[in-house]
Amino acid sequence: MFRFASLVVAVLLLTVPLAQGQGNDPLSFNRLMPSPDTRNAPPAEDGIHDAASEGTHMLQTPREAFQPLPESNAGNYVDWVTALQEEHITPRFDLNDPTRRPTVMDLNIVREVKGSMPDVVFPHKEHTEWLDCSNCHPAIFIPQRGANQMSMAEIMLGEQCGACHGRVAFPVTDCRACHSRPKDGAQAAGGQ
Amino acid sequence: MTTTSRSVISSGAERAGRRWSRRLAVLLLPLAVALPPGTADAEYADVVLNRLSEAADMAPVIFPHWFHRVRFRCKVCHSDSELGFKMRVGANPMDMQRLQEGEYCGACHNGQIAWGLENCELCHSGKMGLPTHIKGGHETSGPGRW
Ligand code: HEC
Ligand code: HEC
Ligand code: HEC
Ligand code: HEC
Ligand code: HEC
Ligand code: HEC
Repeated sequence: MFRFASLVVAVLLLTVPLAQGQGNDPLSFNRLMPSPDTRNAPPAEDGIHDAASEGTHMLQTPREAFQPLPESNAGNYVDWVTALQEEHITPRFDLNDPTRRPTVMDLNIVREVKGSMPDVVFPHKEHTEWLDCSNCHPAIFIPQRGANQMSMAEIMLGEQCGACHGRVAFPVTDCRACHSRPKDGAQAAGGQ
Repeated sequence: MTTTSRSVISSGAERAGRRWSRRLAVLLLPLAVALPPGTADAEYADVVLNRLSEAADMAPVIFPHWFHRVRFRCKVCHSDSELGFKMRVGANPMDMQRLQEGEYCGACHNGQIAWGLENCELCHSGKMGLPTHIKGGHETSGPGRW
């Protein structure tokens, strides 16, 4: 557990300075945590929209749009999987036909991880809700269990799972979402 | 921090853990430096498109993923059988002519599925000077590298 936590802490400590630019009070409580009130900022205050442009003020504020949605603690701060499952949102699967539903494939792929991290479970179900097989096969992954070399370093650099996670789908800091299957036996007892 | 205080009793596995943190550190640092400054509060997965806009005296375009994924699954835009957006920022040769012909954003922003292309300022709403990139999580700082 400690080991795992210290990895997480290391990652967070390294990257929180990026969330700066807000809260300039040197003595503020939780100096390095992104403050909830700068999350999902209105376009005019988000640093990329031009506040002087008329269009900017007609755009929707994510914070308001996300009000009814289940929360997560990274990325958009929205748990998109649950939002979809519980039908808080009903995004179209077809450009023109709002009644078409995806054909969901329920197949979990377990990737055993060397070392102390829990194994990775890749769920086809949650992915095929959003994506087409061709978004992953064969360009990112050969569709054969174990046929693809994967590593955390490459994922961090935007390969494999990192093609989406860290860009649009939930970011890579949410270790437990992927490393979700605890190891059994001695390793688990060894302090996971 | 916490790691140093426990280093006296570290086991092999813990050292491996720290080795990992260091490796992650080395990986993350260049990404941190590569981020354009002052954009920390941009919504996760917002895309700035500025391949041609600024050179043509238009503000850069901002494409909000969050807004569109509430309405459409990724597959609608990103599969070749439908709109065929490549999942790679900057890789789609978009310009106004193509949009007017119903490609890319123009497949929807045509006054039917969504408001039309005459609303220039709704798309061209970005700050001048921003490079084409995607806003990744502040946690991983990106990658936004491509
Ligand atoms: C699959 C269809 C589709 C595509 C492709 C599409 N949009 Fe949209 N977009 C929509 C719909 C639907 C809306 C909501 C329209 C409304 O509110 O009337 C919208 C709204 C928007 C908004 C306004 C968001 C707000 O806050 O109200 C912006 C900005 C936008 N789109 C930009 C773009 C850009 C830039 C592209 C191309 C890179 C693009 N869109 C491609 C369907 C699409
Ligand atoms: C988000 C990416 C993604 C999507 C979308 C996706 N897959 Fe996969 N698929 C994977 C990964 C990752 C593996 C595991 C590869 C490995 O272990 O090396 C896999 C493995 C497979 C396998 C091999 C299973 C086995 O037991 O050997 C098949 C078959 C497969 N996928 C079919 C599909 C089909 C059909 C669809 C569409 C309905 C689909 N996949 C959509 C990522 C995806
Ligand atoms: C083509 C894009 C894409 C790729 C590649 C991809 N994912 Fe995902 N993944 C998504 C999207 C979209 C979601 C929906 C949730 C979200 O957007 O945050 C998701 C959700 C998940 C979830 C579900 C979390 C939950 O709340 O139930 C897990 C687990 C996951 N991904 C693991 C992986 C792993 C492991 C890989 C690599 C083997 C991978 N993904 C590759 C797009 C992708
Ligand atoms: C998007 C899913 C995903 C997330 C999030 C994720 N990992 Fe991984 N991780 C993987 C996959 C896939 C592998 C490769 C498994 C294999 O070898 O097949 C992996 C492998 C690893 C390994 C084994 C060494 C290696 O490079 O293969 C370590 C250690 C690891 N991850 C740590 C972490 C930590 C720490 C975090 C959180 C900061 C994290 N992971 C978040 C998917 C993920
Ligand atoms: C309305 C259309 C639309 C929808 C829906 C959509 N995207 Fe995108 N996506 C885009 C556009 C436009 C770009 C930028 C392309 C460019 O710069 O040429 C993009 C870029 C990307 C990239 C490239 C990021 C990078 O770092 O290079 C990824 C990954 C991606 N989208 C994943 C997704 C996922 C996952 C979903 C579903 C949760 C999704 N997109 C839904 C239009 C869409
Ligand atoms: C639906 C979103 C959208 C709307 C509305 C829109 N544009 Fe664009 N425009 C784009 C995108 C995307 C690009 C390519 C961005 C880039 O990479 O620089 C672009 C590029 C441009 C360019 C540079 C390339 C070229 O085609 O010459 C000009 C000039 C331009 N737009 C003018 C306009 C004007 C004038 C309007 C209003 C009449 C307008 N746009 C409305 C999305 C839009």
